[in-house]
Amino acid sequence: MSTQAVHAGELRQKSEGAISTPMYCASTFTFESTDALLRFVEGEEEREEYGRYGNPNERSVERKLAAMEGAESAIVYSSGMAAIVGLLMSKLSAGDEIIFFDQCYHRSREFCTKHLARFGVVTHQVKTGDFAAMDAAINGRTKMLVSESPTNPHLTCIDLEQFVAVGKAHGVETLIDATLATPFNLRPIEFGVDYVLHSATKYLGGHNDLLAGVICGTAEQLESVRNLRGILGSVNSPHNLYLLERGLKTFELRMERHNQNGLHVAQFLDSHPKVDRVYYPGLTSHPSHQTAASQMRGYGGLVTFTVRDADWKKTSRIVDAAKIARIAPSLGGVESLIEQPLVMSYYNCSPEDRQRFGISDNMIRFSCGIENTEDLIADLDQALSQ
Amino acid sequence: MSINKPSFRTRAVHVGNEVDPATGAVVAPIHFASTFRQPGAGVWGQYDYSRSGNPTRTALQRTLASLEGGVDSLAFSTGMAAIHCVTMLLSPGDMILAGSDIYGGAYRLFHKICDRAGIGVNLVDFTDLDAIASAIRPETKLMWGETIGNPQMSILDLPAISKLAKDAGILFGVDNTFGTPALLRPLEHGVDIVMHSATKYLGGHSDCLGGTLAVSDKSLYDQLYFIQNATGAVLDPMSCFLLSRGIKTLDVRIRAQSETAMKLAEWLKVHPLVSRVLYPGLEEHPGHSLAANLMGEHFGAMVTFELRGNKAQTAMVCQSTKLFCLAVSLGAVESLIEQPATMSHASYAAADRDRFGITDGLIRISVGLESFDDLRDDLESAIASLSL
Repeated sequence: MSTQAVHAGELRQKSEGAISTPMYCASTFTFESTDALLRFVEGEEEREEYGRYGNPNERSVERKLAAMEGAESAIVYSSGMAAIVGLLMSKLSAGDEIIFFDQCYHRSREFCTKHLARFGVVTHQVKTGDFAAMDAAINGRTKMLVSESPTNPHLTCIDLEQFVAVGKAHGVETLIDATLATPFNLRPIEFGVDYVLHSATKYLGGHNDLLAGVICGTAEQLESVRNLRGILGSVNSPHNLYLLERGLKTFELRMERHNQNGLHVAQFLDSHPKVDRVYYPGLTSHPSHQTAASQMRGYGGLVTFTVRDADWKKTSRIVDAAKIARIAPSLGGVESLIEQPLVMSYYNCSPEDRQRFGISDNMIRFSCGIENTEDLIADLDQALSQ
Repeated sequence: MSINKPSFRTRAVHVGNEVDPATGAVVAPIHFASTFRQPGAGVWGQYDYSRSGNPTRTALQRTLASLEGGVDSLAFSTGMAAIHCVTMLLSPGDMILAGSDIYGGAYRLFHKICDRAGIGVNLVDFTDLDAIASAIRPETKLMWGETIGNPQMSILDLPAISKLAKDAGILFGVDNTFGTPALLRPLEHGVDIVMHSATKYLGGHSDCLGGTLAVSDKSLYDQLYFIQNATGAVLDPMSCFLLSRGIKTLDVRIRAQSETAMKLAEWLKVHPLVSRVLYPGLEEHPGHSLAANLMGEHFGAMVTFELRGNKAQTAMVCQSTKLFCLAVSLGAVESLIEQPATMSHASYAAADRDRFGITDGLIRISVGLESFDDLRDDLESAIASLSL
């Protein structure tokens, strides 16, 4: 994968012989003559036209991401949310239905239940991993099955063979948001999943310095998605595309370290007397461990845990005591981040909804960066002893 | 202008900004590559390693050479790196003859760095041609001035000084940062090297550092290029791109800023708490007619004025403006204010500050693109705090 991450998608011979892809800031691309324009319009020549329809930096990083994912094609967006919105808006029409596993990013849920609903699209949510419930919810109007794997913040891993089997049995397309797994740990296309989604802001970019999203799939399936992006305009900037391509070069190295830190931190927390429960698929105690072990290469850098006998305030004191990890949303960057889901993302949720989504007051989500493992553990240890 | 001989403003937009042949991109791509694939072993392409040359830097250098009317130009990481490159043309025992009204950083370089290489410096009033002529010694190898002096806004008689230098076989370089190539092109007046802190008006947006040198003699360019490549203070691709982007609006920016500066200078001139205003656009400025000959109808956007107040009171005025930001540097779309005695010229020795008229009440403003009315009101209320 490292070789792909460094080389795939990039032109072997670049402009001026440059070793790295130059950054194309041009908003528009000129034609030598009307004849040249006609060759393009008639489809005889593939080339750039206007920034919203494509850019050399975009093509280069899209080819790299597709190669790393084992997909035929990839489309990059201005953010992860723009990517899922772009896909769903292109694939769904009024009267269509989609089915979600209920552990999912709250903004994805919000978009479907509040906004797609306005366009007559019906969203069903079924219990995460309950394939019988998912199967039962499918009807003639169902167009897509959606899940994250692992889910956020519970790190539940979905059995992709079963997930794909349910979709195939009914001729319904499947989408996996594999942001937390990354193509290093999980390659859903190999299981027959139709679309793979990433918030590339996270591990793919990897440096907490850009926003991006990506959808991978076959060229044919993605054609209408790409066309809609050209109309809606949720493309990324050349600067971000360049940073994304640059960040991907160290992707494998970073993931190895994120996986290692994630596992060691999870094991440390699991044996800590002040910790009640640890959610990490690499631990045998995690309900998804078997599934994760059979389909993933590693388990990522995200670790969720609950603090024993702590209310939200005691829990927040532990968050505040961390010296290395900073308090922030997002994850997957080289810097470790820590957050209390209750305060960070679910503050405006009713207690009933929080209970329904499994967000307890004493829950902490820790995104391991690539810092030294012992340092992270020592820092968590001192924070827990506060 | 005509298509065959495009005007300054047209060249600022188009020279060095040719359409990318590979993609048709209307803005050339930014090349971050540190190294370049070569056609064969021992066969060198146009670019090999980014210190020696980079397509994005070349594009900027071509634009600048065209705007300055030179054979070529060089882009450095800062203005100081550009001046340093010029001083590296000298050898131990050589002398620099510099104007007494120069930037504190150049003053420091000449006095505290060049002296370690056995290079001496003496300062004279560059507005006094007789003083220059009598200060020239056999060891003098470089004359260095600022086209518009800082902070006195003195104006150099470039054709006359160039002649003095040429007759004595001395290289004459000027810092034209305050003048900008849009208003003043020293190479056209016989100067050998024109330097800019591109951080200022060329970039124009307070968002990148850079320095440039332009020359009209190819062999001098070759010597400077050799030094730049050997010592390595080149400008990075992102800054080159931002500079190229900024230069496209240089002409419109500096002319608009100059017009506001002129109005502010006239307003300050009659303010009861202002003892004097130094702006070459004012008829009473000693360099006014010279400036009008060299620059035409716009005189730049730097204005210095002296308050009827002591050091602390002056500092207080500089700190109480709301639009003018208290900062060194200059030339950007945002207006800036500073006190030379404590800020830009703090590195002058105290005796030299007195000698060269950098008084405690002096305030230097860099006029940005804000409206005259807003800037005047801001200065008015800041100065009003003096009498409270």
